[in-house]
Amino acid sequence: MIATGQRAKGWGFVAPALIWTLAFFIVPFIVMGAMSLATLDGRNLIWGVSFDNYASLAERRFLWRAIVVSLEITVTVTVVSVLLAYPLAWIIAFNVPARWQRLALLLAILPFWTSYVVRSYAWLLVLAREGVVNQTLMTIGLIAEPLTLANTRFATVTGFVHFFVMLLTLTIYANLVQLSPNYRRAAQDLGANAFQTFRHVILPLTLPGIVTGAFLTFVLCIGDYVTPQILGGNTELTVPQVIMVQLGRRADFPLAAALAIVLMGIVTLAYLAAARWLRLDRL
Amino acid sequence: MMRVLPWVYLAAAFVFIYLPVGTLVLFSFQDGRLPVPPFNGPSLRWYGDVLGDARLMAALVNSVGVAFVSSTIAVTLGFLAAYGLARHHLPGSALVRGLLIAPLTVSYLIVGLGLLIVLTQTGFGLSLVTAGIGHVVINLPLAFAIIYAAMGAQQQNAERAARDLGATEARVILLVTVPMLAPAIGAAFFLSMTFSWDEFIIAFLLTRFDVTLPVEIWSLLRSGLSPRLNAIGSLVFLISVAFVLLLELLILRKRK
Repeated sequence: MIATGQRAKGWGFVAPALIWTLAFFIVPFIVMGAMSLATLDGRNLIWGVSFDNYASLAERRFLWRAIVVSLEITVTVTVVSVLLAYPLAWIIAFNVPARWQRLALLLAILPFWTSYVVRSYAWLLVLAREGVVNQTLMTIGLIAEPLTLANTRFATVTGFVHFFVMLLTLTIYANLVQLSPNYRRAAQDLGANAFQTFRHVILPLTLPGIVTGAFLTFVLCIGDYVTPQILGGNTELTVPQVIMVQLGRRADFPLAAALAIVLMGIVTLAYLAAARWLRLDRL
Repeated sequence: MMRVLPWVYLAAAFVFIYLPVGTLVLFSFQDGRLPVPPFNGPSLRWYGDVLGDARLMAALVNSVGVAFVSSTIAVTLGFLAAYGLARHHLPGSALVRGLLIAPLTVSYLIVGLGLLIVLTQTGFGLSLVTAGIGHVVINLPLAFAIIYAAMGAQQQNAERAARDLGATEARVILLVTVPMLAPAIGAAFFLSMTFSWDEFIIAFLLTRFDVTLPVEIWSLLRSGLSPRLNAIGSLVFLISVAFVLLLELLILRKRK
């Protein structure tokens, strides 16, 4: 008796959040799935079960190309960000004196809190033809003519790497400071040099932190519309950009929905590939 | 050589990290039409320009309003769900937790697209309210996870004591649970505020006439580089930093 009453009360507390999530996340998600199977006749939407939208990914070159571009950019960004962030996290964890570490970390990730739009605009400013980088390089005489840096894939990757270096520094640092110094001492006592200690002891122990950060990078990077739209120019489009084009000009919601489902499929594959090392509960 | 190397790397990393924000803020004080070197100034004219712009200021107020209301809803719902799941043994609670966390695993674009499809199909108009609904969807999992993780045995003992002394459940929650969890609730609230206030893609997809600040900035971007954009961008950054510092000073410090 009491147990059932308590249980009903418990559901009463959970219900508002659950209903909100069902109504505004799960239901829209199911409708989006159904939408990806609908077709467009002129401007009229025809609900049904058709795989035309998915088939067109293979048939229409620019759709296939967008998936390839998205993957290339995302993989490049993930790898470069990990390679740059690991030494930074390492230095903050082991070279910076303990009492300054919290401040160093806070400073290293403060610009992380700039919105995507403002951060991308700021990079446009830095990389513009008359921008800081070109002016500096010309002043010190490294180049005679300004380089085309903005509106390229290089600019997109730079903007992304900047953001994710900060994110990864945070996750890798959290991992490094949890390591007991005894592991390093033990490895050194057993005759390992600095490189061997890193390769066979530290690296395997920090792998979960790296993979978790890399997975987050992958997910956030492949789904972002703002950075490539502002910094990439219009020479090549990523999947989120193509989705937005469908929503705007042609109001082709079925194709946009199908592309969104494909994007989720890619993220799911990345999750399965990384699942062995992922520690999402530890975030 | 090996002793200096880490410090050189640290310095280079900081230059890279602060290059865009530094350039943004420096040239917001530019006295001229282009926010590129050489720097003339400092001048506050662009801040005057931005603060006197009715559209931008309306968008700023909208952004803060949407962030405040959506964060309040997200934290309230998140707290209630965390309390229900931590204090009552419910069947299928693992599934419920999974469902509540699920929106975290999906990109904002897809959350926004799903809502947009449902809203246009049902003929529901787009407004600041629909953008706020979207922001609750993305912040609710975060608020729930933070508060749920903070619920421990010591609060449960205090709650039990209050109940034994005759307090009703509502009084126990308001006078015992909420004050004891104040740091986690505050952290969840400020984090939600930070995420919602400068969120772009959901607000872009789900608003129409009244827009939030990031959406207004987006439409200004079409006219190219301008010190006005630097000034408003610097203000956005400053307000975000204020949220983060508040979070750090008020809540995370106390935990130690």
